Amino acid sequence: MIEVDARGLSCPEPMLMATEAVKGSAGEAVRVLVSSATARDNVKGVAKKAKRQARVEESGADFIVTIE
Amino acid sequence: MELFTQKKGLLLAGLIAGCGLAILAFFGNPQNMAMCAACFIRDMAGSLKLHTTATVQYFRPEIVGLVVGSFLIAVATREYRSTAGSSPMTRFVLGFIMMLGALVFLGCPLRMVIRMSAGDLNAWVGLIGFVLGVGTGALFLKRGFSLGREYDTNKVAGAVLPVLLIIGLVISIATAAFAVSESGPGSKHAPWLIALVVALIVGALAQKARICFASGLRNAFLVRDFEMLLPIAGMFVVMLVFNLATGNFKLSFDGQPIAHSQHLWNILGLYAVGFGAVLAGGCPLRQMILAGQGSCDGAVTFLGMLVGAAFAHNFGLAGAAAAAATDTTAAVAGGPAFAGQVVLVCGIVVLFIIGAANIRKQKAAAKTAATAATDADATAAQA
Repeated sequence: MIEVDARGLSCPEPMLMATEAVKGSAGEAVRVLVSSATARDNVKGVAKKAKRQARVEESGADFIVTIE
Repeated sequence: MELFTQKKGLLLAGLIAGCGLAILAFFGNPQNMAMCAACFIRDMAGSLKLHTTATVQYFRPEIVGLVVGSFLIAVATREYRSTAGSSPMTRFVLGFIMMLGALVFLGCPLRMVIRMSAGDLNAWVGLIGFVLGVGTGALFLKRGFSLGREYDTNKVAGAVLPVLLIIGLVISIATAAFAVSESGPGSKHAPWLIALVVALIVGALAQKARICFASGLRNAFLVRDFEMLLPIAGMFVVMLVFNLATGNFKLSFDGQPIAHSQHLWNILGLYAVGFGAVLAGGCPLRQMILAGQGSCDGAVTFLGMLVGAAFAHNFGLAGAAAAAATDTTAAVAGGPAFAGQVVLVCGIVVLFIIGAANIRKQKAAAKTAATAATDADATAAQA
């Protein structure tokens, strides 16, 4: 699984990091850590664009978005 | 609340916010300035006597409402999170330069859209600069620009700005301590309660729908995603209808309220705003929304804008509005004086320096990110 830690980064960095990771993933799952609802939604949008499923879990005040 | 992250919700948020703008325009805010982050922060700086330009002094309840509206909705929906530490002084400078650019143009991107909806062609020219500025910022993002991470702070820290603004509003209503313009844009305002309520709603909507005038264009450049332009389109349409219905629509360069036709400086002013907004992660309005939801970095950017407004007026850097000749006064072409032109160009150079100085090497950043994620896993596993 590819891991991306985008916590605490300003928009649109989490989205760009997730996009980059998904592009290079060759179908492998990508796990993105984010710390705001905005970044969570943006990363979910990346999955949608790539026509892949996204699963969101809360981790304390952070979110883990797993793009399957 | 999920609605506001979907396309129709984004458009709806824009339409509702647009109605709010129309209400403010109807109840007495300056022409083509229903709500303007830059102009209203400048008025606030004037009311606090950080500058003494007599025509632009008023403690605008709209600024309080935007920040506090965002704060309240963020608390209510568990999105409030007190954070700080992402290059705060750099953000202060970005706020300062954004304000300078906005005051050379005479409006933030929100007012640009409002002016466009009233047929002010100068604003359409300014849009060119804004698009170019956002595009330049997007290029830096593609090259790995980052101001670094923000971190959690004591929960109280994020509430300081909303509380200070509420205290300021109470003082402005209950006492005569703050300066209030007797003529000019600062003297024109909707009743404070209407202004506050509308801004609370717009602030809450902007927080939920992530309304940002820079991110709509930025995402279009970066990932061909046009969704974030929907709220802006909604506001534009409502204000266009309002202006047509009230006879305020006038398609021209000349005779526009609080505007000038110095095209180069309209373009460069909004170029600085667009470029600075992308580097700062949001337009002036968005910075206030971020500050409301607990971002101390957003609050520092707000302070940068407040101080920038004071400098712009204390040192004659802001653009002047064009004015036709009268019996007693000659015509004024408007635009920034030489000092304003020099400082704006220097500000744009500083934006390039900030952009270049904060590019992180992609591979190193990716490696650090991966390591940090693994560490976070280990911590989570231990917990």
